[in-house]
Amino acid sequence: MVEFLQFTLSGISFGMIYAAIALSLVLIWRGTRLVNFAQGAMAMFTTFIALEVIYHTGSYWAGFVVALAAGIVLGAVTELTVIRPTLGKPELNSVIVTIGLLVLLEGLAGIFYGGQFRSFPTAFSDTGLKAGSTPLGVSRFDVFVAASVLATTLLLAAGFRYTSAGLRMRAAAFNATVARLSGIRVARVITVGWALAAMLGALAGVLVSPSTFLYPNSMDNIFVFGFTAAVIGGLDSPVGAVIGGVLLGVVLNIAGGYLGADVTALIALGILVVVLMIRPAGIFSSARMRRV
Amino acid sequence: MRSLARNLGAALAVAVLVVILSIKLNTFRDYQIAEIAIYVTAIAGLTVLTGLSGQVSLGNGAFMAIGAYTTALVLMHLGWPFFAVLVVAAVVTAIAGAIVGVAAARLHGPYLAGATLMLGVALPSLSSVYPGVFGGDQGLNVVYTTPGFLGPNFPLTRWQAWVCSAVALVTLVLLANLSRSRVGRNWRALRDDEVAAALTGVNVARARVLAFVISATCAGMAGALLAIITELVAPGAFTITLSIALLTGAVIGGLGTLPGAIWGSLVIVLVPVYATDVATSHGLSTTVASNIPVAAYGVVLILVMLIFPQGIQGGVQWLLRLLGISGARLPHEASTADARPSAGETPARPHEKEGTQ
Repeated sequence: MVEFLQFTLSGISFGMIYAAIALSLVLIWRGTRLVNFAQGAMAMFTTFIALEVIYHTGSYWAGFVVALAAGIVLGAVTELTVIRPTLGKPELNSVIVTIGLLVLLEGLAGIFYGGQFRSFPTAFSDTGLKAGSTPLGVSRFDVFVAASVLATTLLLAAGFRYTSAGLRMRAAAFNATVARLSGIRVARVITVGWALAAMLGALAGVLVSPSTFLYPNSMDNIFVFGFTAAVIGGLDSPVGAVIGGVLLGVVLNIAGGYLGADVTALIALGILVVVLMIRPAGIFSSARMRRV
Repeated sequence: MRSLARNLGAALAVAVLVVILSIKLNTFRDYQIAEIAIYVTAIAGLTVLTGLSGQVSLGNGAFMAIGAYTTALVLMHLGWPFFAVLVVAAVVTAIAGAIVGVAAARLHGPYLAGATLMLGVALPSLSSVYPGVFGGDQGLNVVYTTPGFLGPNFPLTRWQAWVCSAVALVTLVLLANLSRSRVGRNWRALRDDEVAAALTGVNVARARVLAFVISATCAGMAGALLAIITELVAPGAFTITLSIALLTGAVIGGLGTLPGAIWGSLVIVLVPVYATDVATSHGLSTTVASNIPVAAYGVVLILVMLIFPQGIQGGVQWLLRLLGISGARLPHEASTADARPSAGETPARPHEKEGTQ
């Protein structure tokens, strides 16, 4: 029972990271109707930048802030330079461009930093917390991981709901044509969406790298599970992304804990198949007609 | 009939070219010819699935794994001749494709991509779950030799290049015919407008599953060929990178066009090799030299998509038209560019396929 609790709690911490990636994919999907396959690689790259800053300044928080800022810049630049020209072209083109970007970023990281695994510092102690004498399976840092993703998510949600910029973003995602007609600069809104998404990705990268180590491919698996979480939740639903991420994190951690790490991908496939059998567009998809 | 004759003629010409090249070039190049042929086989299947029937798959690497493991197991335990093994591998992956196709029939766009991506990630991990059967991470060894009638001194890689190219060319001719038949027309109708296709009497579910079966069969044969040229079947060969490379090849070659499958395979195999040659010849350190090809490949993917939105085949057709040889129609031109307006009575739809909610 204690074991189960430990797996669940540490699963939530991992799940929040999947949730951050899933949420970033949802942000981009709602704006541009495309799955950004470079999301993980962009996060890997900004985390390398963070590591560089931490190395030179000795301050974790300087690296943390720089990573998020680098994410914002990288997201906006990516959208403006390579994504925008592909919108309106056959829809897989933009996906292949993001795959090209993924390959390019991993290649660049390899050129600059080599392939070896690098450890990444944590903000807080990573020794396990205890309730009385029972170890909980999570550390102070895990709590920070969950809390910071949750806080960012809530901030974003509040921004979308209560600010006029958020309203513009929701309008653009809901119906780009009508939004454009009512004077919203949809193109700019999309750029902001990409910047915010890349910032979330950068956050996930900084948070996950202490446990996965940092190397050019280090975010590949995280991306796959984040994407899976977004699909489970429904790519149009930010709430679905977070719930999908946590659900996936907890179930995979419990399954991996009891059955071994080899089965996690199979379990994830199983969850995905069951969910999509019942709801082909994710749990939180609004029932809508396919084009008639 | 005329198109069949032309396709057979083109295939024969390529076959002669491959034979000449494989004799002229060295062992390493022969291996590349085989590799290109394998990618052509797999990408041709995927381009039919994604380009004609409109279903995205990021899991065709999993079907290649099924074909490769089937080949390794049958060769190891039964010792059948390779062409019999190839048929077994094709049948097994066809069945797998039918199962996946049925499960995926209701999924669209990114949901299908996500589900197939997870399939591609999860399936190879079965080898670690059942190491007794599949050999775990080490994988299974495959013993493959040249047939006796070629004599003892015939280079194995040349024979492998021939076998792989033969399979690839037969696959291309069959797929070319299929895409011109009623089956192909149904797929295009379905891709362009599912509801309109259903109303005109296309059995949507059956057409979608059939596309998956055919695509999986091609991937399975490619996997079988991969098993005999690498002489090892291990999960490390079937990562998501492979599945992604297949889709990438199909799209940058020119989605839905079979010549595009050839262009895409050439890019996938040759760009990294060429970039490695350039990088090492400039005396760069190994970490830099080994990563430059990766970065260059990424740049090529982005540039091709920005310059040729219809893929390389689209660029080739544009060039032919520019030179005034537009009469010399390439096989299966009736694809992304041409079929869209003609296939449905519906007016051109806006680009966002999933609609505006």
